[in-house]
Amino acid sequence: MPKITIDGRELEAQAGQTIIQVATENGIDIPHFCWHPALTVAGNCRMCLVEVEKTPKLQIACATPIADGMVVKTLSEPAVTGREDVMEFLLINHPLDCPICDEAGQCKLQDYAFEHSRGESRFVEEKNHKDKRVPLGPQVLFDGERCISCSRCIRFATEIAEQPVLTFVHRGDHVTIVADPDMGFDNNMSMNVIDICPVGALTSRDFRFKARVWDMSFTDSICPGCSRGCNIRVGIRNNEIERLEPRNNPNVNGYWMCDHGRLSTYPPVNEARIEGPLMKDAKGIQQHTDNDAAARKVAEELSKYSKDEVLLLGSARLPVEDNYALLKLAKEKFGKQHIPFITHIEGQDERLLLRADKTPNALGATLVGCVADGHYQHVHGENEAKKTVLELLRSRKIKVVFSIAGDFLKDPQLLEAFEDVEFFATCSSNDTVTCRRADVVFSTSAWAERDGVFVNFEGWVQQLRPAVATKYFMRGIDHMHMSRLDRFGSPFDKWARGNKRNAREAWRMVELVANNMGARWKYLHTEDLFDEIVKMVPDFKGMSYDSIGRLGQPIATKHGEVKEPIYKEVYQESTERIESVGSVIL
Amino acid sequence: MQYRTKYNNPSVARKLTLWEKLYIPEVIRGMITTFKHLFRPKFTRQYPEERWDAPASFRGRPVLVMEDNGVERCVACGLCSRVCPPLAIEVRASETELLKERYPVVFEINMLRCIFCGYCEEVCPEEAIIMSKEYELSFRDPSEGIFGKDKLLVPKAELQERLDYLAKMRN
Repeated sequence: MPKITIDGRELEAQAGQTIIQVATENGIDIPHFCWHPALTVAGNCRMCLVEVEKTPKLQIACATPIADGMVVKTLSEPAVTGREDVMEFLLINHPLDCPICDEAGQCKLQDYAFEHSRGESRFVEEKNHKDKRVPLGPQVLFDGERCISCSRCIRFATEIAEQPVLTFVHRGDHVTIVADPDMGFDNNMSMNVIDICPVGALTSRDFRFKARVWDMSFTDSICPGCSRGCNIRVGIRNNEIERLEPRNNPNVNGYWMCDHGRLSTYPPVNEARIEGPLMKDAKGIQQHTDNDAAARKVAEELSKYSKDEVLLLGSARLPVEDNYALLKLAKEKFGKQHIPFITHIEGQDERLLLRADKTPNALGATLVGCVADGHYQHVHGENEAKKTVLELLRSRKIKVVFSIAGDFLKDPQLLEAFEDVEFFATCSSNDTVTCRRADVVFSTSAWAERDGVFVNFEGWVQQLRPAVATKYFMRGIDHMHMSRLDRFGSPFDKWARGNKRNAREAWRMVELVANNMGARWKYLHTEDLFDEIVKMVPDFKGMSYDSIGRLGQPIATKHGEVKEPIYKEVYQESTERIESVGSVIL
Repeated sequence: MQYRTKYNNPSVARKLTLWEKLYIPEVIRGMITTFKHLFRPKFTRQYPEERWDAPASFRGRPVLVMEDNGVERCVACGLCSRVCPPLAIEVRASETELLKERYPVVFEINMLRCIFCGYCEEVCPEEAIIMSKEYELSFRDPSEGIFGKDKLLVPKAELQERLDYLAKMRN
């Protein structure tokens, strides 16, 4: 194994590595723009210049392979001067745009101008002017003046997105980037180029000018857009989600996330929320109520009917804890061993990331004992034919339905089949068609407002963290991430007063209903439920919120500790079946 | 124990002369001073009727400079909001078709919080927020103290004196 010395530290390296790889692995920061660990080496920014002993000139660390006994100096005088010269060169035509640039605050060029530059320019001539608002695709805008021609976006388009439509045109200081005029840079991974752009040349049409980076707080969480469960960071300002960005997790999503997850999962948290629990009065009009009254009503109605007339619906959009709570209610009060959840399968699996299954926790719900719709009757009653929820409702046996998520009645067939249901209670975070049909609606937290555990389709157990404060989840008390404004503002500030929804986790509603039916559950926190799941479900053996951490861990069955990967098979089988049935695909 | 000063300490306090002890002459001496000031030029201002015109260096309430075309100079960079010690400024940006690309949709200063430090003026890269001469601020309700763009925008012509002063001080 070759050994090299960087800044006096002798480091073990593997043959074939470059200097910057070895340095990064050992925590030595070599400034760079064009080098990205997931992309090929371009070596065109020249920022990573280092001095290598016995070579006549400075070498770029990103493209210089190591050799045994190599001595690298990143802080020697020639290296520092070299970098300063490169910075001066890059800044010649870079506009003084920082006040209006979205990248300001997280900009590599800005940081390096502070750390690795002389602070003065000898350049007095007029700067080059280029087009400042060029759409490269539907989501990405390009500012030619800010571009430092690192080619990260071009390499991303070619290597990762596999849509080679970006390229350099012109020469010298007039060089700029264009997209194929016919195709445009239009794919489901396109917005990743905004993250990897080291300057503010590529901006998001969605986020453009919405917030400054230093005003936001960032919370590590999981994207609920599909069963991949990409690791993300949630950017919050004034208690509203402003943007989502990917977080590196080599086991799940690498450095990337898809545009679907980035754009479609956060608006439901900010908009169209229901304001509190609702209950229909004698005239059938939904009126505001409180959780206790609503839970009493639901418990009363649930007790009226026999167990075959009751349908409890889990949800693959909610964490395992909520599904577990509902299943516990089904077991304790109705003697059911399984409850169904409706799958949401749209389109095909994409080559990268995005899955056909648009729910984040289908496997997790299956692991705790819920069954993907289609297997409900198969598992529940052996004698009857396999029936989907839709067929079950059409058979007119079901009189009362209690669901923990309010997003499944988009399908007109299902809505029609609901006509014979005498009492329908649902938990929901948004004002949906489902809510309008329901007799009782509990207002529940959206994914960004709560703790919880998702299991992705590969069996990675990952953790949601609360990013948005609610009336019951407070930043200061509940150890949530705080921006500067949160930390130094007063309770009278807008962001501290308004915008806090009256919403709690769905399992609390299940707990209220259960306790009104005579149970004596006492869970203080979502983590208590998870600790119980860990004891009950072998796949989660030995886990805790701490052990899952930021990067998740695989389910126990993967390690061979428990040799019953039955749930996964059931889930896959039911998924296939749903796809073939077609009618319940929502 | 009483704290001893030179006034309550008989050994240190100055002894009054006979003339001072007579009292009346000292009263007359005081009245002479009073009457002498009656005929001197007055410093008092009859405030509500008579207002003070502040010099250009005065730091009154911060205002936004409105260009001649009726658009604010501000590009909503948020640096004033960042630097503001009492967190009095809120800026919300959006995109405009104009050359400056970015403009404030919402620009609010909570004048109940503002401490007139002038940091916002100092940090502004566009010279868009500057301190005016206005010092009369009173509200009947706390919500009136939050000034939006309607109250903050002032035509450039009215602020010329301060802009000239800033130009002079920066060079």
